[in-house]
Amino acid sequence: MTRMMQNSAARRDLALGVIVVLLLASVTAAFPQFARPGNLAEILDDSAILILLALGQMLVILTRGIDLSIAANLALSGMLVALLNKHHPGLGMVPVLLIAVAAGTLLGAINGLLVWRLKLPPIVVTLGTMSVYRGLIYLLSGGTWVNDNQMSPQFLGFIRYELLGLTILSWLAIFAVAAFAVLMRYTVLGRNLYTAGGNPSAAAYTGIDPGRMQCIAFTICGAIAGLCGYLWVARFAVAYTDIALGFELQVIAACLIGGVAIAGGIGTVAGVVLGCLFIGVIRNALPLIGISPFWQMGINGLVIVVAAVLSVRRREDKRAILEAQTA
Amino acid sequence: MSTRKFKGLLRWESMLALVLVIEFVSFASLSPYFLDVWTLSDATFNFTERAVIALPLALLIIAGEIDISVAAIIALSSVAMGLAAAMGVQTSGLVAIGLSTGLAAGMVNGALVTLGRVPSIVATIGTMTLFRGVAYAVLGDRVLKEYPQAFSVFGQGYAVGALSIELTVLMVLAVVFGLFLHVTRWGRSIYALGANPIAAKWSGVPVDRYRFALFAVTGLCSGLAAVLLTSRLGSTRPSIAQGWELEIISMVILGGVSVWGGKGTIPGVLLAAVVLGLVNFGLGLLNVPGIVMSIIVGALLITVVAIPVIAERWWGRPATVGRKA
Repeated sequence: MTRMMQNSAARRDLALGVIVVLLLASVTAAFPQFARPGNLAEILDDSAILILLALGQMLVILTRGIDLSIAANLALSGMLVALLNKHHPGLGMVPVLLIAVAAGTLLGAINGLLVWRLKLPPIVVTLGTMSVYRGLIYLLSGGTWVNDNQMSPQFLGFIRYELLGLTILSWLAIFAVAAFAVLMRYTVLGRNLYTAGGNPSAAAYTGIDPGRMQCIAFTICGAIAGLCGYLWVARFAVAYTDIALGFELQVIAACLIGGVAIAGGIGTVAGVVLGCLFIGVIRNALPLIGISPFWQMGINGLVIVVAAVLSVRRREDKRAILEAQTA
Repeated sequence: MSTRKFKGLLRWESMLALVLVIEFVSFASLSPYFLDVWTLSDATFNFTERAVIALPLALLIIAGEIDISVAAIIALSSVAMGLAAAMGVQTSGLVAIGLSTGLAAGMVNGALVTLGRVPSIVATIGTMTLFRGVAYAVLGDRVLKEYPQAFSVFGQGYAVGALSIELTVLMVLAVVFGLFLHVTRWGRSIYALGANPIAAKWSGVPVDRYRFALFAVTGLCSGLAAVLLTSRLGSTRPSIAQGWELEIISMVILGGVSVWGGKGTIPGVLLAAVVLGLVNFGLGLLNVPGIVMSIIVGALLITVVAIPVIAERWWGRPATVGRKA
């Protein structure tokens, strides 16, 4: 069973990988400058935050949850460190990073505890905390903006520092991908997360508390969102109440395109990364082929719908008796 | 449904009614202008359009499904009407276009869930992105505002005295949905469907037909809300009604509808709509920014869902086994 699922997931990742490469190849055929290393590095830099967030969201969806508050968490943590930097520009990068991650972890843990301890539906909890976190940004900042001239050069420059041709931001994403690949495949925690989402009652009988796994997933997801709060604010050099508004849906879209099943238990790191790159390549290619960037959203929607229908078809072959009636 | 649960529901609605009374008293004492007929009439515009969608969405959530694409359907319908108006279509034609666009979009959702077997949350996250994306793709950063003068009657007109047409539409719909859910056999089937879809199926409820119809009706009502909102604003941007899906879902859940399906009433949803609308309006009177309101709504939403769980734990009854929304 596990073998079969792994194979089908691997086939799916391969198919998505081929699609992304074909996409790259066809754009490059028309516009050779698209595949320049510099441009590819830019696409990676552009997709890095999405990749980080989608990895966190993947954990949550794997355990049958969903985190709608991820973008609000990002914005609140981002505003927090932006204000910190504005008032204490000499603090250096370590406290900024630590506080961003700590704030995000706390906000994520709140989601996780509500879901675990009170058994509340994740969609309602995160819908609620999404509004609360957004509102708190306003209270924290008094509705003001923090602009780039109020941020220290170090704060802005850290993520732009280049190492071997790639920015620190890109390296962070690459590092996270590697860490997640190991975590999901070779650690007990990773396997437990899959089990808790794939079959919660079986997990409970083997001594894994599915609620606790959900809580851990939300907390890790929150920590990543907190880190991305700093990354976002530094990258776009501005912090205000509405940054990353609605970005949670793009993150979920990347997961769904990447083959993470909303019913839990199914999803791979490779798939999620490819889903993000798919969105990233299209976003960077559209202006080049002369299509208005306003089409991006529609294309994403179409891809989610098609991918969802296709992935259900494939699963139904195997679990037809169970799925057909409960779906 | 046991009598105890029924009493619980009654309590929920009476709590909402109590909140409503407190709101009235406090706003009336804080602002001398609050209890004016026209002030109250103005206040209703804060919730009418959203409540028009909250009614069918309540049925859908009771049936164990969810539709996140409602606000995107508003955008799609509004863009369709705007383009038609720019080509010279008159008022009745515009309404027909708005409603049928909504209905078609709802049917797409229904088909994905019933024929495609896609979980409704995934299907409607997809169509939400798709519908809103089409609205952006068609309009870009343009604005459509060449609506005929007569078209403004739906959102800006009054039926009798200070009773707006929007509020009249909402009241008629509330009666229709209330009777449908609480009196007819079809309404009972919707509860059965949400409480246990497999049992409902084996008891002869045409499960997929119900689901499809509910998505179609939700789409139709979103089209209707698009007519009302577009008529009131007199313009269409692709970002119209952005974020409303979450406000409308909050409205339904605050109204006492269970996200697990199988529980909820139309009077509850209606009361929640009025309560939220008045809080919005009242805080506006007191110069409190709307974003602060979102903290209150968010916290309320979580509290409302947490109360029954905590109550059950206190009384020592086994907590309900978690099911996916």
